Amino acid sequence: MMENASQPPLIELRGISKYFGPVRALENVNLVVNRRQVVGLVGDNGAGKSTLMKILTGAYQPTFGEILLEGRPVHFASPHESRLAGIEMVYQDLALAGNLSIAANIYLGREPIKRQWGLFRFMDEKRIENGSRELLERLKINIPNVKARVENLSGGQRQSVAIARATAFNAKLVIMDEPTAALAVKEVAKVLETVLNLRAHGVAVILISHRMQDVMSVADRIIVLYEGAKVADLERSKTNLDEIVAYIVGSKGSAAQARAVAEG
Amino acid sequence: MSQSGTTPAATPAKTAVQLRGLGELFERVGILIVLLVLIALITIVERLANGTAYFLSIENFSNIARQIPWQAPLALGEFLAILTAGIDLSVGSVLALAMMSTVIAAHAGVPAIPAMLIGLAVGAACGAVNGLALTRLRLPHPFIPTLAMVYIARGLTNLLSNGTPILRVPWEFRVLGAGNVCLFTFECTPTSLRIPVPFIVVVLLFVGFGIFLTRTRTGRHIYAVGGNPQAALYSGINVNKILTLVYILSGALAAVGAILLAGRTNSGEPQAGVGTELVAIAAVIIGGASFFGGRGNVFGVFIGLVIMGVIGNGLNILGVQPFWQQVAIGVIILLVATLDVVRRRTNRT
Ligand SMILES: Nc1ncnc2c1ncn2[C@@H]1O[C@H](COP(=O)(O)OP(=O)(O)O)[C@@H](O)[C@H]1O
Ligand SMILES: [Mg+2]
Repeated sequence: MMENASQPPLIELRGISKYFGPVRALENVNLVVNRRQVVGLVGDNGAGKSTLMKILTGAYQPTFGEILLEGRPVHFASPHESRLAGIEMVYQDLALAGNLSIAANIYLGREPIKRQWGLFRFMDEKRIENGSRELLERLKINIPNVKARVENLSGGQRQSVAIARATAFNAKLVIMDEPTAALAVKEVAKVLETVLNLRAHGVAVILISHRMQDVMSVADRIIVLYEGAKVADLERSKTNLDEIVAYIVGSKGSAAQARAVAEG
Repeated sequence: MSQSGTTPAATPAKTAVQLRGLGELFERVGILIVLLVLIALITIVERLANGTAYFLSIENFSNIARQIPWQAPLALGEFLAILTAGIDLSVGSVLALAMMSTVIAAHAGVPAIPAMLIGLAVGAACGAVNGLALTRLRLPHPFIPTLAMVYIARGLTNLLSNGTPILRVPWEFRVLGAGNVCLFTFECTPTSLRIPVPFIVVVLLFVGFGIFLTRTRTGRHIYAVGGNPQAALYSGINVNKILTLVYILSGALAAVGAILLAGRTNSGEPQAGVGTELVAIAAVIIGGASFFGGRGNVFGVFIGLVIMGVIGNGLNILGVQPFWQQVAIGVIILLVATLDVVRRRTNRT
């Protein structure tokens, strides 16, 4: 994944720190995501993965540090703002309304309008349905009826719809926080396939997962957080599971070195 | 996260989806089946017990159509609140305040239509207070601000009227609240088929709100807020704005009920609407809306109102003690709410 030297990276986080009162959730994290890249973000529970992503989407504000989108500094006051800038987050089931149809969910908050008798501003149901169908086809997500309610879907189908929805409107970066945690084995494969389809369509992906085999199978790069600090940033092709796990548990990396120094 | 590794076989899963589809269908028309069964039951019992068929007569249906209207707008407003997983306890009191305001305005010489608009504005203002108290003061649940409004609006009503009714309203009110349109004949003769004007008003109101809820963005966003407020928020929907709008509409709809009731009773009555919020809630729940929010439609609410009207009217015709009506309505609420819970449980597999 060579980047054009003249082109700035898609996303750059510089010196991000986040304190919740006395809790240091993140400490001086630097992170770069390039276009068409799947980045695996891993770390133990409480390492700060979710917090870092919430800062990136504007759900939290960093205590220190800045965010650059395509080389320009940005400030996202809310996830809605980052969304408008092309950064989408797929939440675990959070972002879908089960009582609405698949199509309604995909277009929720951005329903196209058509005028009826020049007077009423009705939703353009045709465009909503056709657009949803095309989107699902493009991502090779197999759901026959876009009018079905989301609550009637399986967990994997729901996750796929959430991903599709995240990418529906020119997303540049899609963030997935544990997208496979609640899924059956067969469904996990579908979600990972969708991740690769996204990359094929030019979208960058940050994938957070506890399932190391998932991350290893789709990520181009793997970043490890340990107690709020970035301890590793490795090309997938130049590392292996053992090394990553060693970073995750802290037996390798700056944390281990620091401890070794402290213990003499 | 507990359900890991269980891959259901393909065939049972497919059946499950079909069953859920049936559930969705039942959600749409089930309430109609309940109504038809009820009508059939009352008809059969009447035939067996009294040997008559008055219940099914057009005249009697006209009676039912006359009984429902003034409560119907309140049920519609209540439905909007319940759709967002909220509640509006104040519809009865707001009705009284709007009724008093509009009648007092009319007596003070304001022409009928502007007087009605004053009533609507008062209702909408009460709703705005409910909505803003909920979203700006961040009260934990709409129960609280609307409970406060129960007392505030009723107190203001009594202050305005000194607690005494005001008799007589302009003819425009009478037409809306008690008028008839006769089918097939220009002038109403004793034999012509009468359709109450308030019933027509209510039908138009329900059709209008049905279109609003299903075809406009705002309508869909109301459903989304009820289905999953976090999803709505994340989608850039201004949840607070939607909630405030819902309570404003509920207040304005209570005022529509006030105008119909003033026309029907030819008065402004400070005790009007006491307990009506419970009738409205009952109609909404019987009509298939869910207290969990996001579920139900205006057609169901309408049928819910008709069911309550039919129970009252039918048991009357059968000569059953009126107290049994209350028991019957209570039992139906329990049944319908249980169905809702069961359906939710089957969805969560
Ligand atoms: N809103 C919050 N308030 C206080 N502490 C928080 C908050 N969110 C996260 N934290 C803390 O920040 C640290 C990182 O949490 P998190 O980002 O959720 O980790 P991860 O997603 O890697 O498991 C944890 O110690 C957690 O307790
Ligand atoms: Mg997390």
